[in-house]
Amino acid sequence: MFEICADPKSLEGLTWLSCYLTSGKHMNMYWAFGTVLLLLAVTAPIAMLFGFFGAMAARSQFFVLRLIGKGYTGMVRGVPDIVFFLFFVIALDQGIEYLMHLVRCPDWTDPVRNGLEFRVCPQAKVPLNSAPQTVHQFYGFMLAVLTFALVFGAFAANVLYGAMQAVPRAQLETAEAYGLSQSQVFRRVLVPQMWVYALPGLSNLWLILIKATPLLFLLGVQDIVYWARELGSAKTQAFDYPHPDWRLYYFLALLVFYLAFTRVSEIVLNRISARLSKGQATAAGEAMRKAGI
Amino acid sequence: MTCWETIGAYAFRSLGYGERLLPRTDFTLCQQFTLIGSGMIWNVYFGVVALAFGFLLANAIAFAKASHSPLVRKPAEWFIFLFRGSPLFIQFFLAYEALQMLPRAGIDVFGITVQTSWTTKAWAGALFVLFLNTAAYSAEIFHGALRSIPKGDLEAAEAYGLTGFAKFRRIQWPTMLRLAWPAYTNEAIFLFHSTTLVFFSGFPAFQQRGDALYYASYFADKTFNPFVSYPIVAGYFIALTLLLIWLFSAINTRLNRHLPSNMGGKIRLRPQVIR
Repeated sequence: MFEICADPKSLEGLTWLSCYLTSGKHMNMYWAFGTVLLLLAVTAPIAMLFGFFGAMAARSQFFVLRLIGKGYTGMVRGVPDIVFFLFFVIALDQGIEYLMHLVRCPDWTDPVRNGLEFRVCPQAKVPLNSAPQTVHQFYGFMLAVLTFALVFGAFAANVLYGAMQAVPRAQLETAEAYGLSQSQVFRRVLVPQMWVYALPGLSNLWLILIKATPLLFLLGVQDIVYWARELGSAKTQAFDYPHPDWRLYYFLALLVFYLAFTRVSEIVLNRISARLSKGQATAAGEAMRKAGI
Repeated sequence: MTCWETIGAYAFRSLGYGERLLPRTDFTLCQQFTLIGSGMIWNVYFGVVALAFGFLLANAIAFAKASHSPLVRKPAEWFIFLFRGSPLFIQFFLAYEALQMLPRAGIDVFGITVQTSWTTKAWAGALFVLFLNTAAYSAEIFHGALRSIPKGDLEAAEAYGLTGFAKFRRIQWPTMLRLAWPAYTNEAIFLFHSTTLVFFSGFPAFQQRGDALYYASYFADKTFNPFVSYPIVAGYFIALTLLLIWLFSAINTRLNRHLPSNMGGKIRLRPQVIR
């Protein structure tokens, strides 16, 4: 990075440390923090979308749709989510490749699942074997995003379903009495009012989502846990910057990162909740009125 | 190998008894059910022991957090924030690395050498992390319940001349437990779920003695087929969850036995997952 870092063996003290912390691999680790933030930024809206449709399906009049919605919201309850993480990554990958296989190689005769192998035709590989490394990484990241969104969508569906049920029945009946159709009631009365009820659950979900990001490591993405293990492990004299096993300090840094992130999120979410409670006929709003805020 | 022989060979494989080698080819459904079920022993062990000890510590921390003295309150608040604010996954890694830094030869305490190597094993190290973790989450639940004890109940206790420890033992603590129980049930369920993280974090599975998910991912890796072994784990966990709900509901009924039947807190499963 800097010119003084050209010969790391001759450095000492603070210079050594500053050169060490700005080496190429460390830069990769700092980018990995960006990966985590990107994952959060991409996953949260998609999960909300999944959750919204899941909650809508669970409230549906049609039996089949309701069954799907209830099944989706119920699936996360009894089973550890890490099972879903491990399952979906392989299942999605194989599912996509199988669909590509059906499209691209219609006259392929060998069975796809043969004994211990899952083999599709070479043209159906996603991404193609010839694709550059970055495409593979991007594909892995997108699979992780989809997996996170599917699992957290189920949690969000639970929260949103509860929020939709919490909107006072009288509000909906009044709207119906004014002659609004079912979809109008849903769009104009139910959805605008449900957010106050959904906020506590959703902020909880956001904190949980932050704490779930280290699981990216299990999905094969080069995230901060990967780099902490990689960079922290003992380095012999063969390396530019030899050092003993420093993984403890790397993980301490990750811990501090997550604690700070959680704390900042909590403060922001509390502000939003206070803003939404202001003037509301709820216990929180009443407490604010009495305190004269 | 018939299914009975498989069960004989692998039922206690996760504890190190029976057949040494895991199956490598020709995986049968029976093998998958048996080995994954064998792994469930570890999940139940981690869950039950962490929950039992965590319950005791959680009570202490909840009361410490409710204390007026900042000397007692602040450490409790920091403890809860530390374990609730960071991912369990990172906590496992951190604990493993920290425990590995203990001197290999053991520590001398007044001439007696205390062995340290066992602390890096999952049965002790991971259990310790889970114990502290569940203590922090439960303490927050208990603290919330402690704050929502009806004021009238405490005043009534004082009117009857109950003070100090007698008031605590007869009124405060039972009421807190009663109010906290539905939320605590969820905490227990998700503690059992998070035991599946143990062998996927820092702690290695010694001689391939792992938990249910460890064996399930072993099968999924070997067969390239996630559609058999993962649903089996899911099935086992649903059964475990139902058992827990039944057990905790029974305790809940007992805690609320003095109330009219429609007033007792109902246990509803709320997802409060990954730590």
